[in-house]
Amino acid sequence: MFELKNIKYKDILNINNLKIAENKITCIVGKSGGGKTTFLKLLNNMISPDSGTIKFKGKDLIDFNPIKLRREVPMLPQNPVIFSGTIKENFDLALKYADKSQKNENEYKDMLDTVGLTEQKLNRSTGDLSGGEKQRVALARILLLEPTILLLDEPSSALDEKTEDLIIKTVVNYIKRKNGTLIMVTHSTQIASKYGDRIVTINNGKIENSNELKNSTEKERK
Amino acid sequence: MEGIVNIKVPRLISAYIFVLILLIIVRNKKMGHHGQIILASVRMTVQLVLVGFVLTYIFENPNPYLILGILFLMEGFAIFNIFGRVQRKISKDLKLVIAFSMISGTLLSIFYFILIVVNLEPWFRPQYFIPLSGMLIGNSMTGISLGVEGLINGIKDNKKSIENALMLGAHPVEASRKISNRAFYNAILPTLNSMIGMGIIFLPGMMTGQMLAGATPITAIKYQIAIMMGILGSVTLTVYLLVTLGTKSFFNDRSQIKMEKFK
Repeated sequence: MFELKNIKYKDILNINNLKIAENKITCIVGKSGGGKTTFLKLLNNMISPDSGTIKFKGKDLIDFNPIKLRREVPMLPQNPVIFSGTIKENFDLALKYADKSQKNENEYKDMLDTVGLTEQKLNRSTGDLSGGEKQRVALARILLLEPTILLLDEPSSALDEKTEDLIIKTVVNYIKRKNGTLIMVTHSTQIASKYGDRIVTINNGKIENSNELKNSTEKERK
Repeated sequence: MEGIVNIKVPRLISAYIFVLILLIIVRNKKMGHHGQIILASVRMTVQLVLVGFVLTYIFENPNPYLILGILFLMEGFAIFNIFGRVQRKISKDLKLVIAFSMISGTLLSIFYFILIVVNLEPWFRPQYFIPLSGMLIGNSMTGISLGVEGLINGIKDNKKSIENALMLGAHPVEASRKISNRAFYNAILPTLNSMIGMGIIFLPGMMTGQMLAGATPITAIKYQIAIMMGILGSVTLTVYLLVTLGTKSFFNDRSQIKMEKFK
């Protein structure tokens, strides 16, 4: 799906050759500050490499309209910003940004259930949400766009383990159900081996390791 | 009407007593800034005297090229004044946007105002053209300064939010719409506020000036209403161009936020 060749981005990232398969979960691991987030941002053209080529579905990324590309390959950052207003307004805005038709309130409520915010009201102001709740709203917001390819940066380390686990599990389940592609950055090798079909280690801007995990289809899917 | 009461020079000098009062207050209260007060008074006096001579010459020798030259001189001063006024560093492409918005917005408004509203013949009569253009340019300059400040601060303070919107597939214009709308509104707000207070809280300078010069209040009011519409139009047009084109200047052709603007 993605093919990177001779990629250089400032002195942050230097990748000679990397392919990322379709319909798989690829986990990017490595020490913090090693270039993992930069790597994700390159894939949906939030930033462009200084040199080298990135191909998406066999076509050079430069030939894609960057806005349409991001609609196809959205990204959930580590510390997502919740827009001011209500939860519903956040959902409406995300659908508008992604040029998708608006959904009804029941669909919104179902999505809140999916991310474990069953009790929440759609008209609740986002200013009152806790850190964990914000992260879940951001997840719900991106899943409403029904992407089949998703870039997920590890949830903020400020979050409790339970929320972090819930977010990753929800995303993994969603992607498996859609038979989609997930590229997930995580600091934890346990999480990577638990959910990933492949683990790519990036340290100091370079790929140190790239391992295909066996029996990936038998992984826990809950 | 009794005509203009000409202030004699000794009486004009007596007006400087207000500066003296200010200096005494400042000295007694140990507030400092004596130099600034004196400098402001001297600059105002010298600048106005010089402008008086220049205007006398221009009024006596009306010439369209000279008027156009003065118009562009005013535009130039206004543009550099904006560059100086804005607290944040302005990028080169944003400076170009400022200059373009200022020149195109004000020229369109000035010529519409002069040719259609006032119906001035010939169009370059200096006693009308210079003060009317000055008012439109001056107010647009204030509007653009506020707009630039609002836009730079808004985009810098909301960089993460804009980035999040882009990650969801938003167009840069859409991702920064709230910020550009706020910058636009804040920039035109002083003009709207002055329209609200006009005639009740204060009598505007131009109207006062015309009445002092012997015009009837109705004539002065008609001019004041027309000039306020002209100012509103000019401020709206220049600020609209600024926020529309200025917002785009923060993004490159790959719809990415230009990182160099945030260093």
